[in-house]
Amino acid sequence: MAKDTQSKARGPAVRTGPLMAPAVSLLVLWMIVPLAMTIYFSTLRYSLLQPDAVSFVGISNYIFFFQDPALWTSIVNTLSLVGGVLVASIAIGTLLAVVFYETFPGASIARLLVVAPFFVMPTVAALIWKNLLMHPVNGLFAFFARSLGLPPVDWFSSLPLTSIGIIVTWQWAPFATLILLTAIQSLDREQLEAARMDGARGLTLFYHITLPHLARAIGVVAMIEAIFLLSIFAEILVTTNGGPGSATTTLPYLIYKTALLDFNVGMASTGGIMAVVLANIVGFFLIRTISRNLDS
Amino acid sequence: MRHIRTLVTASAMLLASVSAYAQTTVTIGTVNNSDMVVMKELSKKFEESHPNIKLNWVVLEENVLRQRLTTDIATKSGQFDVMTIGLYEAPMWGKLGWLAPFENPPDSYRIDDVLKSVRDGLAVDGKQYALPFYAESQMTFYRKDLFDAAGLTMPEEPKWTDIERFAEKLNNPNKGIYGICLRGKPGWGENVGQITPAANGFGARWFDMDWKPQLTSPEWKAALTTYTGLLKKYGPPGAASNGFNENLALFASGNCAMWIDATVAASFLADQNQSTVIGKVGYAMSPYGTSKTGYHYLWAWALGVPVSSKSKAAAQEFIYWATSPEYIKLVASTRGWAAVPPGTRTSTYASKEYLDAAPFAKMTLKSIESTDLRNPTKDKVPYYGIGFVGIPEFQSLGTTAGQEFTAVLTGEKTVDQALGNVQKFTERTMKEAGYIK
Amino acid sequence: MRKSLAVRIANFVIGWSAAIVFFFPIFWMALTAFKTEPAAIATPPKLLFSPTMINMRAVLDSADYLHFFQNSLIISCAATLLAIILGTPAAYAMAFFPGGRTKDVLVWMLSTKMMPAVGVLVPIYLIFRDAGLLDTHVGLIAIYTLMNLPIVVWLIYTFFKDIPKDLIEAARMDGARPLSQFFFLLLPLTAPGFASTGLLSVIFIWNEAFWSINLTVTNATPLTAFIASFSSPQGLFWAKLSAASLLAIAPIMLLGWLTQKQLVRGLTFGAVK
Repeated sequence: MAKDTQSKARGPAVRTGPLMAPAVSLLVLWMIVPLAMTIYFSTLRYSLLQPDAVSFVGISNYIFFFQDPALWTSIVNTLSLVGGVLVASIAIGTLLAVVFYETFPGASIARLLVVAPFFVMPTVAALIWKNLLMHPVNGLFAFFARSLGLPPVDWFSSLPLTSIGIIVTWQWAPFATLILLTAIQSLDREQLEAARMDGARGLTLFYHITLPHLARAIGVVAMIEAIFLLSIFAEILVTTNGGPGSATTTLPYLIYKTALLDFNVGMASTGGIMAVVLANIVGFFLIRTISRNLDS
Repeated sequence: MRHIRTLVTASAMLLASVSAYAQTTVTIGTVNNSDMVVMKELSKKFEESHPNIKLNWVVLEENVLRQRLTTDIATKSGQFDVMTIGLYEAPMWGKLGWLAPFENPPDSYRIDDVLKSVRDGLAVDGKQYALPFYAESQMTFYRKDLFDAAGLTMPEEPKWTDIERFAEKLNNPNKGIYGICLRGKPGWGENVGQITPAANGFGARWFDMDWKPQLTSPEWKAALTTYTGLLKKYGPPGAASNGFNENLALFASGNCAMWIDATVAASFLADQNQSTVIGKVGYAMSPYGTSKTGYHYLWAWALGVPVSSKSKAAAQEFIYWATSPEYIKLVASTRGWAAVPPGTRTSTYASKEYLDAAPFAKMTLKSIESTDLRNPTKDKVPYYGIGFVGIPEFQSLGTTAGQEFTAVLTGEKTVDQALGNVQKFTERTMKEAGYIK
Repeated sequence: MRKSLAVRIANFVIGWSAAIVFFFPIFWMALTAFKTEPAAIATPPKLLFSPTMINMRAVLDSADYLHFFQNSLIISCAATLLAIILGTPAAYAMAFFPGGRTKDVLVWMLSTKMMPAVGVLVPIYLIFRDAGLLDTHVGLIAIYTLMNLPIVVWLIYTFFKDIPKDLIEAARMDGARPLSQFFFLLLPLTAPGFASTGLLSVIFIWNEAFWSINLTVTNATPLTAFIASFSSPQGLFWAKLSAASLLAIAPIMLLGWLTQKQLVRGLTFGAVK
């Protein structure tokens, strides 16, 4: 995408160039330098553990990476995880926004409690969920299941990706709730009343008035979340290490494994470039949708 | 009293030897295991006796520390002066010339007192690249009370078939007691580190002398079938994501009848802050299948100095202190004998106090001494390492193998499929790295 | 506006169930912080227990909490401030003097966040080593400024967009120069927006664990490194980890709660209207 330091706008009293320059030039630098180095490294055989054996190999890293049977699984896993968490967190966020739009006893305290998970560090969240809650022997969920006479769920074996999705959703649904809750505050109560007078009730009201009103906010949530979700690996590392099989290996985890377990810089750079491409494809659709509303 | 006097003398000697240095800062990167935490606390004594040396501590969890240290040493950044590394890295890094060798240790250090199998593992071509802080092997932990109640006796050197027989008898999920606990969590330091020695015990190996992967051999199949079969039939639910800590938690809270894992677990199981099964734990050797070569691993956490360090002499001075017999006595006098770092010195195991305080000591020593890092399997191999393969590519191989082995546990794949996949991946990696054509 | 009793009960039930479900893991973690290690993993779980300070003491004894806390505070505040100073002029230009390419620039800015950090560790590490930035506050502040700049620009841009056009026209008619327009009209109007952009950025930096651990040693280590020294050692650690986490998230949680109204407003003030 082109950089634009010189606005073409008609007749402003201000030259925008100097205003844009610091931010844009720094970001250009921040993008170009690592990207250029990464592209360069991706054409090398470069293992951090054999620094003397660095050699140029052209596109053979890419060929090797594409032949990795784990690659396609990991892309599918990445998309399902990002997609699933996006849908779940936005659905939960929307529901809670509608609920907290009304007042009820203790609403402000309840709202505080709902937001709390957003402040917990990812590794800590994952460790707590894995060992104190979801563990099929020592965990609290297993205890509940047993007290109800049910067999405990073996979360990370039978539902590995779902389990990670639950943890990540727990972290990000509060974020969605926060944004959507504010969005809904600006909903025109008179319009709502008018619709109600016309006989609109419950779901119809939600579907025709509330949801369209929230569309743009949902877009913003989706965009910011997607960018963060497309690079998570810490939760996977501490819970399943990408297994069983490759059931929870996502692209960021694959890159993590290549870069920091195998210390294969060349191959990890190749993975990094792949991730940029994937993120751009996902981002393209999301951002197109959102940027349509930017100028309104 | 005698200890204290030795300590004072030693300190005075050390003090004299370092007074030549100007004020130096030594940055130590270490894992957050409890022995290291004790070392950090006791290091104040070192600073007292070495006023010219200031110690900076970086304590991190194992995964994070490894990536941190590797990045630093490989890029020669010189941020760390003392690195806590394992038996896997030390010879590799020593060979690359990344570590400063320990030449002429002081006589008081008594290098011959350091267990030979451990010392040799940390040396390359006669040069000592790291000194061991503690070492461990594998053994079988079992619940004596359950065995007695069921009228069973654990042999000192059990076979896998014995283990299977016991597990079947003792497995009682309704009472929350599972026949056996083993690691299922994927990772080269998790399930692969446990399954590889088990495979050695069936006569299997990762590579032949031409670096051709051997994963589809009948020996591997037997080993993986035994290991996963046991865990599937008599293991706890969630075994697929259990690592060392999860199993420790299970065993310490009384949920396992048997557990095969690192010898250091013994000290945790005897610690009343951690364990509810104190006094009920029996110890035996790790089980074997058909071969008695390399059926239990050897691992050591050792301290080394990168050549990129700016204060090598002071860093080595610290390492001599932290791995010395005097340090062991210092731990014993402040924390009790049961808390001393195990597996490094003959003198530790000759101490009657230690043997009394640590009923597991003999088994630990026997396990460690019966390992040979450079001859780990029945048939000859071109690599060193018992629970791992000492080549840079192994972390990648191990990670993938770990995931495949776990998939067998969850029933997603068969033993043949999993081993086939690992074989293919290993061939691919070894080709890419240029070992085979 | 009257609501049927049924709807109000439903709101109450759903709202509070959600609150309990979402907060429960944190509550459980807080409880665990005051249990002994075996009690933390006991089955059946212990709700009634005599609280112990043993973990808190162990955690505070073995690491200098204040040192880490101070670093977290300095780094997150400085980087946030810098990002706002750098981002505001750009957001201002794009919001009030949009050109044909403004949208593209905005989108491009976000796209700079798409490179996965793990993929570029080695290049960045080499740059930092050669520039002498390893283990310095300056280095981390630089990285976080750049990482958060796109989001800061986006948020401030949307706040600016939200200001009614008539107000700005009126100011311009009165002959207010752009600079005074900015300081006397825009800034007061969007103050809550700035506050909450800042808060959001501080939270993101506070919880960022990859760069903060990999680029520091001892001088500049923030609380994420503090946590990493209690996570997954050999032995039982869940109670100690809970205690450490409680200490690490307490300041940010307090800050978040105190300014929650601002946060809510700021996050969506403009994006949503």
